[in-house]
Amino acid sequence: MYEYSDFDEAFVRNRVAQFRDQVARRLDGSLTEEEFRPLRLMNGLYLQLHAYMLRVAIPYGTLSSHQMRALADVADRFDRGYGHFTTRQNIQFNWIKLTDTPDILERLADDGLHAIQTSGNCIRNVTTDAFAGAAADEIEDPRPYAELIRQWSSDHAEFQFLPRKFKIAITGSPEDRAAIRAHDVGLQLIRRGAETGFRVLVGGGLGRTPMLAPELRDFLPKADLLPYLEAILAAYNLIGRRDNKYKARIKITVFETGIEPFRDLVEQEFARIRPQFTGADQALLAEITPHFALPDLVAKDPAAFAAARTTDPAFAAWAKQSVTDHKRPDHAVVTISVKTPGEEPGDVSARQMRAVADLADLHGYGELRISHMQNIVLPHVARADLPALHAALRKVGLAAANVGLISDMIACPGMDYCALATARSIPLAQEIAQHFETLGLVETIGPLPLKISGCINACGHHHLGAIGILGLDRAGAENYQITLGGAEGPEAAIGEKMGPGFAYDAVVPAIERLVRAYLALRLSADESFLAALHRLGREPFRAALYDEAQDAA
Amino acid sequence: MSRSFVPKVVSANDLRAGHVVYFAASGDWVRDIAEAEVLTDEAEAQLRLLSAMGHPTVAVGVYLVDVTQEPQGPVPVALREQFRARGPSIRPTKEAAAKEAAPKESANV
Ligand code: HEM
Ligand code: SF4
Repeated sequence: MYEYSDFDEAFVRNRVAQFRDQVARRLDGSLTEEEFRPLRLMNGLYLQLHAYMLRVAIPYGTLSSHQMRALADVADRFDRGYGHFTTRQNIQFNWIKLTDTPDILERLADDGLHAIQTSGNCIRNVTTDAFAGAAADEIEDPRPYAELIRQWSSDHAEFQFLPRKFKIAITGSPEDRAAIRAHDVGLQLIRRGAETGFRVLVGGGLGRTPMLAPELRDFLPKADLLPYLEAILAAYNLIGRRDNKYKARIKITVFETGIEPFRDLVEQEFARIRPQFTGADQALLAEITPHFALPDLVAKDPAAFAAARTTDPAFAAWAKQSVTDHKRPDHAVVTISVKTPGEEPGDVSARQMRAVADLADLHGYGELRISHMQNIVLPHVARADLPALHAALRKVGLAAANVGLISDMIACPGMDYCALATARSIPLAQEIAQHFETLGLVETIGPLPLKISGCINACGHHHLGAIGILGLDRAGAENYQITLGGAEGPEAAIGEKMGPGFAYDAVVPAIERLVRAYLALRLSADESFLAALHRLGREPFRAALYDEAQDAA
Repeated sequence: MSRSFVPKVVSANDLRAGHVVYFAASGDWVRDIAEAEVLTDEAEAQLRLLSAMGHPTVAVGVYLVDVTQEPQGPVPVALREQFRARGPSIRPTKEAAAKEAAPKESANV
């Protein structure tokens, strides 16, 4: 695994010392809030509704077991014993005191963690496929490139004051488990003949103006990655709008300029910038890459796995949802659902973090990943160990067999924590999950991505949910808009708004009507919600949502 | 007192701990909105806002919140302010959050 270099270590320690001093100066009044605010945001510290919130980066979603224990430590000592994993492969601590923050950052630095560039108009934490370096369908591990981008962009003078925040996602597999079309820049490793390179997308994003990124380059040689990204950022710095916050994201720049003229500008910048890259970046990449090598996987006879599948139905149900093929056939990638129905999606307690860290040591070579679906992944587990792993997960309440199902929903913090929220999202997510669990329909329904955001900023990716729920404030009452037909991955789509919103209490019944309509209309259990929606059009679903079934019959 | 004026309380977050605070008639910052001073005319509200802003190392983000006056005390008009006044609606169900019921500390200064 990638370990900090001495340079990183010194850089992070230095940042912590600086921040400790800045906090002291804020508390004694020598810094005003106006002066201090950008400094605390640079260190991932937001002021939310009821407390400070600290956002800690989990670069490319990769954690070691000792780093997971460091997060557990912070949760125990400085928060209320839990943390919230986010769709951008970060963890957020919700109950932080300003006065504790320098100590927290110091504690995190002990295990190579930090909160740098988790906020502000800079290049944010680069996200990747949570199965990176492990999945059978992967062309190449995207993480060395993510780390290369991290090193190049961290504290890069030209990129600290971009017109707006900038998010990059990379996937190494055709499946795209990183929602690359919803990012400012999306990169996909592809093959052309014998050569591997990047397909480059630009100008995606959600928020108040959702857009899917169009293609900027169909094939970029790997060695051109940094100069090409720099060219994109140079073009954005040049023509991106700084006059209006709502038009400042690169998606608006690309949309208003048009992809063709924008591409011309990027290529022009690229021609200028390319000669400045004379190979130091490639040398750095060569240094980085071995840190991401697959661990020495121990060969084990997977017979016990097959046996448990036939004799233990609970195990079989869990394995069906949680186990994905690994590069090595006797191993598997395991997704641990942190969305046991009724619990807060994304929240993990310190005790669970430690339990999972121990299991990673025992069965997973000490490696962990955080997925953008807000779940925890053990990337390398011998199939023979799966029954033991499942039994251990049951003991800590982390064996829900619902990965990818309706109760595995994404929800942002919403009105319970977030200063920007217009409605709650977590309790609604809990109610929906609990409701379908009680009805006993979760497995019958099959895969159904449902996503909830507590305001137009769309942190819960609601636009990309087959069912999307957006919470708004309508004249002092929560009101939820429902969109249908969103998707991520290769077939990414933005969901379509169905009509007037629903009051809080009306949402669960509306979703139930919708889901029951789908169950009645689908050709077979193999026809997904989205497939049925595409075949039949929105009308029968809209009618069910608004309870117009009788009229429509 | 002008008839069209919506009553207000002064609110902010505690600089050190981040929690929600309200300005009391005594000039203390308190955690319970029931103890906040209710301001019923514009001039008074502006004056109290200014005086509340004079504690930059205690309270951060000082502003006026619209309220209605109810028997139990002032109740915010806006949904967001109701959540600020009440705290999160979710009782964290994870065992870890047992600490939720931490003793209420006073924010008086
Ligand atoms: C609670 C503190 C948070 C604040 C203040 C916040 C703020 C924002 C804002 C203002 C935007 C809109 C940016 C724009 O359109 O220019 C946004 C977008 C986004 N945020 Fe958050 N967010 C928070 C938490 C989260 C969490 C918990 C997640 C993950 C679950 C997240 C992930 C995202 C994503 C994926 C987007 C949309 C993609 C895009 O940037 O276009 N954020 N956030
Ligand atoms: S979508 Fe809105 S409510 Fe949810 S986390 Fe983002 S900013 Fe907060």
